[in-house]
Amino acid sequence: MSKVRAPKSPGRPGQASSWLATPTLVFLILVILLPLLITVVYSFLSQPSLGTGVKWVFSTDAYRQIFVQEKLDGTTAFDTRYLKVLWNSFYYAGIATITTLLLGIPVAMWIATRPVRFRAMLVLAVTLPFWTSVLIRTYAVRQILDETGPIGGFLKIIGVGNSYQILYTPWATIIGLTYTFIPFMILPVYASAERFDFRYAEAGYDLGAKRWTVLRRIVIPGIRPGIIAGIALVFIPGLGSFLQPDMLGGGKTNMIANVIANNFGQARNWPFGSALSVFLLIFTVLFVLMVTTGVRSRGDQVRLI
Amino acid sequence: MTDAHLDIRQVTKTFPTPEGGVVVALDSVDLAIAEGEFFVMLGPSGCGKTSLLRCIAGLEYPDSGEILLDGSRIDDIPAYARPVNTVFQSYALFPHMSVAQNVAFGLEMERLPKNEIKSRVAAALEQVKLTGLDRRKPTQLSGGQQQRVALARALAKQPKVLLLDEPLSALDLKLRRGMQVELKRLQRETGITFVFVTHDQEEAMTMGDRIAVFNEGKIVQVGSPQEIYRRPVNGFVADFIGETNLIKVTVGSGGFIFPGGGVLARELLAEDCEVPAAGECLLAVRPEDFELVDTDAAVVGEVVDVIFTGGLIRLHVRAGDQEIVAALPSHGVVVPAVGDQTRLRPITKAARTVGS
Amino acid sequence: MSPVTTSRPRRRLVNLSNFPLFRGTSIAVLVGMYLPLLLVVFYSFNQNRLAQIWTGFSFKWYDFVFHNDDILRALKNSLIVAVVATILSTLLALGAALGMLRMARSGRVFAWGLLGAPLLIPEIVLAVGTLGFFLTIKVPLGHVALILAHTAFCIPFALLPIRARLAGLDAAPFEAATDLGANEWQILRRITLPLLAPGILAGALLAFAISLDDFITSFFIAGPGATTLPVYIFGMIRSNVTPAVNALSTLLLIFSATLLLAVYLLNRIRRSD
Repeated sequence: MSKVRAPKSPGRPGQASSWLATPTLVFLILVILLPLLITVVYSFLSQPSLGTGVKWVFSTDAYRQIFVQEKLDGTTAFDTRYLKVLWNSFYYAGIATITTLLLGIPVAMWIATRPVRFRAMLVLAVTLPFWTSVLIRTYAVRQILDETGPIGGFLKIIGVGNSYQILYTPWATIIGLTYTFIPFMILPVYASAERFDFRYAEAGYDLGAKRWTVLRRIVIPGIRPGIIAGIALVFIPGLGSFLQPDMLGGGKTNMIANVIANNFGQARNWPFGSALSVFLLIFTVLFVLMVTTGVRSRGDQVRLI
Repeated sequence: MTDAHLDIRQVTKTFPTPEGGVVVALDSVDLAIAEGEFFVMLGPSGCGKTSLLRCIAGLEYPDSGEILLDGSRIDDIPAYARPVNTVFQSYALFPHMSVAQNVAFGLEMERLPKNEIKSRVAAALEQVKLTGLDRRKPTQLSGGQQQRVALARALAKQPKVLLLDEPLSALDLKLRRGMQVELKRLQRETGITFVFVTHDQEEAMTMGDRIAVFNEGKIVQVGSPQEIYRRPVNGFVADFIGETNLIKVTVGSGGFIFPGGGVLARELLAEDCEVPAAGECLLAVRPEDFELVDTDAAVVGEVVDVIFTGGLIRLHVRAGDQEIVAALPSHGVVVPAVGDQTRLRPITKAARTVGS
Repeated sequence: MSPVTTSRPRRRLVNLSNFPLFRGTSIAVLVGMYLPLLLVVFYSFNQNRLAQIWTGFSFKWYDFVFHNDDILRALKNSLIVAVVATILSTLLALGAALGMLRMARSGRVFAWGLLGAPLLIPEIVLAVGTLGFFLTIKVPLGHVALILAHTAFCIPFALLPIRARLAGLDAAPFEAATDLGANEWQILRRITLPLLAPGILAGALLAFAISLDDFITSFFIAGPGATTLPVYIFGMIRSNVTPAVNALSTLLLIFSATLLLAVYLLNRIRRSD
């Protein structure tokens, strides 16, 4: 005689209840999700006539301000200042992404083809600056680029240094971004390259391909998931950079984060700062979605986190 | 009611596949295991033997059916409360605990007094001949030693049934032979019922008091090693246990007509097997049960291969559309050469009819 | 009849995975990564008030750092925030890692999105959002606000090593523990936590390094009373550059490097057992 029961499983022992994640999720909803929502709310409020913060009166002025300037005489004019800032952000982050890509792929592949023992040490060498403060690294770049620094000093010695000025130009910002984010490119590309079976490259040679053909047709497609992850991991945070343009660009080459920070600081225009923040958030989310869904449709496995 | 120690009744277990289908791992299996028995569950991988073991241990719950231990149901008791313990295929030693801590773990879970835990750990380690290694970490032990720790850890709990899931599969042949002997000794000494899962028929024959042969979620045959070897119920068992020629024959008036035309008299068949009145049937003959004969009342065919394996010579003979393997003593017979015509006949009472 | 072997010039077997320029680029990049940092260390021993004009070796800027009350106060703030945020974020990350094992698929996607958000969303967006949020719900700026904000963005960093370790664990020891009579709580305490320990410690160290190095969030949330070390250094750089910044930066670099080396060694332990 047998009693039929609904199929059940004792589950894998040691897999605690999903309730354990609840405090974490509640905490993140409170400290991450709600602040993002409040930013959206702020962007639709008005600027108080005095002091910081917001006036709880609905307004779309903040978004209008991005494109339109109100003159003292009450007339309005199309304003390209903030569009230029947006363009700068994409431009600098884009150039830095391309630079890290061109430098990062050779480094990642070189590390991946070293003997195993050596590899772990090289990865450590790449990771180490990654965990040190961005502030200090940006400061270090500033010190190198300064006209009284080693490059300037060297150029002066050979007699061409008098017109040397790279600090406080867009190029300093781009160099700073490249310097800060290159580990984000090397590490994911390395992760792919390490898994790549270099016998495919040998098969390519065997079939008569030359080095650059092998690189272009066999190796690069083989490590594509890492390259896509690297591009995303450099471009996304690059877009929201604050310290590099602030400390290296000298305020002349603002990116969007600098304008946001300024409006929450001295300029005291929180609704406008929030509106720009919402823009940056939307660009970020769009880019992440583009990478994750676009990649999934090509069948690649890309992990951003 | 039976007086079985471990009684498995109508146990069915299915698993969903990732594609959305269902795999039947156990198909209403009935099995009764007696107290103090060394019981072996044998079958190819995926046959359900491990699923049944995990159901007994409580690591899986059956979809339906009952599992009784000494007459009371245990299938609704969680694994940690069942008086059965398992020796895992991968040993599953806790890597962060020493040998002694591993063995003590199960006893600590019973909240036994400290000094009793200590003495039982020492006794268990002595039983498996590991005295003196109690402070080592599992990673500092050889595979064979790890195996013994796993055994001691389960035995220290003094379970009513000890479940062993292919425990020797990771050991090399020599260690394995040693452990087989040792496991038999431990089972005799402790008197604990052992349920031993393996896919190795030789190991099953060596160790089991009784063997259950599994195939595709069902038990095909249960019996002593001799019974299963000598009287397989069907072609699957005959082929899985040892090596067997399954020869397709036609039942005629004079006996069985072999491919190639030879006829075997019915009287030469083993006594207790069924013989269909007419039509085709399968005849199971072990390679070592053939002899070379001069009469035509035999398998007549052409030798296609002759392989010397030491004590035996293996002849591959093509008869009609079938290839038959015979293992003959390498001395005292005139061995035919490749291409020769030859006649093979099963020795008296050695051939059996089997279902497919 | 030709001779069996002819002496043809042998082509040297090249390592097929070596592409031209890769070695040179790699070495240049690695040198380029470390050179600015080494220069910070070098200038920190400069006697001159002008950081970049070398006039002699001196420890005086270290002396300055260790006897500057503002710096020490900022360091204390940083440490308080980092220690508390590390403990909270590691506990919350551990809960998330364990809880997500049993979560339904939709729940896991949502949880991943939330956990990954601090890694992908620009810090400035989160920082000003948190500022606005805290002011709206009247959480005063300062230590508590800093700890809450730091805990949030440290959670994903603490989570990654814990999850990596958890994913690498075999099911067998857990099954063995149930088989030997351990209930879920005993398994958690006696098996899961000890086996996860290296991952938990690595996660905590990473969270600590991230919190200690944070600038942007602290810049907005600290308020006047809880200035952290990076915020203070930022102010020092803005006002005037002295080798004191180099000395302080050197100390922070050494500290971060030590933490990372500890994580690296913990990972090696993971691989060995």
